[in-house]
Amino acid sequence: MHPGVDGFIYPNEAELQWSILIVLYPFITGLVAGAFILASLERVFNVAAVKPTYRLALLTALAFLLVAPLPLQMHLGHPERSFEMYVTPHVSSAMAMFGFVYLWYLMVVLLLEIWLEYRVEIVQLSNTAAKPWRWVYRMLTLGSQNVSPASRRIDDAVGYTVTVIGIPSAFLLHGYVGFIFGSVKANAWWSTPLMPIVFLFSAMVSGIAAVMLIYMAACRMRRAAIDMRCLDTIARYLFFVFLIDFSLEMLDLIHRIYEADESFRSLDFMVHTRLWASQVVVQILLGTVVPLILLGLNQLFRLREEARRSMYAIAGFCTLVGVFAMRWNVVIGGQLFSKSYLGYTSYKLEFATREGLGASIALMLLPFVILLVLLKLLPPWEEREAPRAATASL
Amino acid sequence: MESSRRKFMASAGKFLILASAAVSDGEPSAPTTGTSGYDPAKHWWGMTIDIDKCIGCGNCVRACSRENSVPDGFYRTWVERYEVPAGEDENPHVESPDGAIHGFPPSPNTAAKRFFVPKLCNQCANSPCVQVCPVGATFVSPDGVVLVDESYCLGCRYCVQACPYGCRYIHPRKHTVDKCTLCYHRITQGLTTACCEACPTGARQLADLKNPADPVHEFLRTNKIQVLKPHMATHSKVFYRALDGAVR
Repeated sequence: MHPGVDGFIYPNEAELQWSILIVLYPFITGLVAGAFILASLERVFNVAAVKPTYRLALLTALAFLLVAPLPLQMHLGHPERSFEMYVTPHVSSAMAMFGFVYLWYLMVVLLLEIWLEYRVEIVQLSNTAAKPWRWVYRMLTLGSQNVSPASRRIDDAVGYTVTVIGIPSAFLLHGYVGFIFGSVKANAWWSTPLMPIVFLFSAMVSGIAAVMLIYMAACRMRRAAIDMRCLDTIARYLFFVFLIDFSLEMLDLIHRIYEADESFRSLDFMVHTRLWASQVVVQILLGTVVPLILLGLNQLFRLREEARRSMYAIAGFCTLVGVFAMRWNVVIGGQLFSKSYLGYTSYKLEFATREGLGASIALMLLPFVILLVLLKLLPPWEEREAPRAATASL
Repeated sequence: MESSRRKFMASAGKFLILASAAVSDGEPSAPTTGTSGYDPAKHWWGMTIDIDKCIGCGNCVRACSRENSVPDGFYRTWVERYEVPAGEDENPHVESPDGAIHGFPPSPNTAAKRFFVPKLCNQCANSPCVQVCPVGATFVSPDGVVLVDESYCLGCRYCVQACPYGCRYIHPRKHTVDKCTLCYHRITQGLTTACCEACPTGARQLADLKNPADPVHEFLRTNKIQVLKPHMATHSKVFYRALDGAVR
């Protein structure tokens, strides 16, 4: 009997196949999709109040998107063969589409939209920034110095179109990640058509919460005043999207309890034992109920600005913890029970291994490092003195 | 200028044709008639297992392990012992110590219904593992055996997740997926599988469903047959006789 195994499991099931790195993958792509959808609120739906976070949301999405494939790459038994997915993709495989969905989103949507949005500043900085940054900006102009009003109108029109395309693309990106899990019929914990939808809404929740927190932190670091109208609006959107997300998850739960198929006893046992802390305590209570109460109170009462800021910060943090726990419970939880429904295994998280906690922490810090570089390179702040400050610092 | 553009168009066209061929041909090339005279198109392999004949000796597990150099702690085939108290089909006691490579210790539980269930890759005709492999490294051969091209496998483990029967594992040294090949190296030479050869009671029999003279046809016609997890609709080609409803 393997240590950590209870009951009967098939002999090849003792070791978990997908580790914490595969938990990071949907978490990170979720942040990307959510941040982009927040950005599109301003651009497509004309929600002017969230304008201060428009560029920040785009850069956040880019920083996380650049890191998104790394956990997958590190997890592969043969990472050197990953290019085969592009060269000879097996078209019936959900996973084979990852590279194409990723490249579409990165190249066609995000990079293009950011480039169009920043083109005027890039052209300006390509003439004013100190070397060697001037060369960097010059490359980023892609050879076009034309910032005439006519060209700006074209930029705006194309940018709008890209954002409109980007919204379903963001849905596709994360809905697709949910499909990777939801389409595994062998796994009762994953196999539900609701999985892509739940993933999508939880992605929006996590992305909005992340941009809200990053905006608050950035304002604090820059000693700039927080635009409370913007923050209130983001928090309101977070609250309503969270309500939908929570309702969908509860719908899934009620459906499972009511249907009570052959897998239910196993899943129920797991929720009451091995997943009690991560699912009930962290995901549902700390990560969902607490932020919903904090955000809901702000919809019902007009609280002081300072109190609102604190409540939003706590709600945002708890939301991110909760969504991470949700990813954990899906990925790790889905592998803790045997496909025989007669036994359970356990997951031992190591630290200093390729798929350990240390690597995961490094991978989670990497997007923030990239974001810092992007913020220096392409300052997103509304007040236009920021590019000059950046130029001076460069 | 016109000439170089024409050259470019020609090269681009060739590239597109080659690339599309590569995409449509994501699965490794199928074996064809070799020097041994084996024609895969004339066979469709599966296996029959008679539960009533299995004595749980573990010979099949040991033979498989030796024949295929299966790494310790992993199993291409294994045997489970079921003990089902009367009316307790939902709560069977099941065990498979080390995959039953050493057989089973005597059980003190004499009151329960007891039987052995050999397990292996079900060689599904509608295989979830083949469906999910992102590069087509897992494929069904023309003679119906699910195989893995280990020189192509990424080690992403999606197929391990997709297999409803727990038949796949990651080889600890190769870092690619590994599973029962139905002893493909043997059956294409006219031999039976190592597990079937080692079975002292004939509980396991290699079956060629395309061979009209194969006893499998009579076996399927004259017995009540079940496959594992039929609701998964994988079109399993491992056919069990006398399979109890308690078996998972």
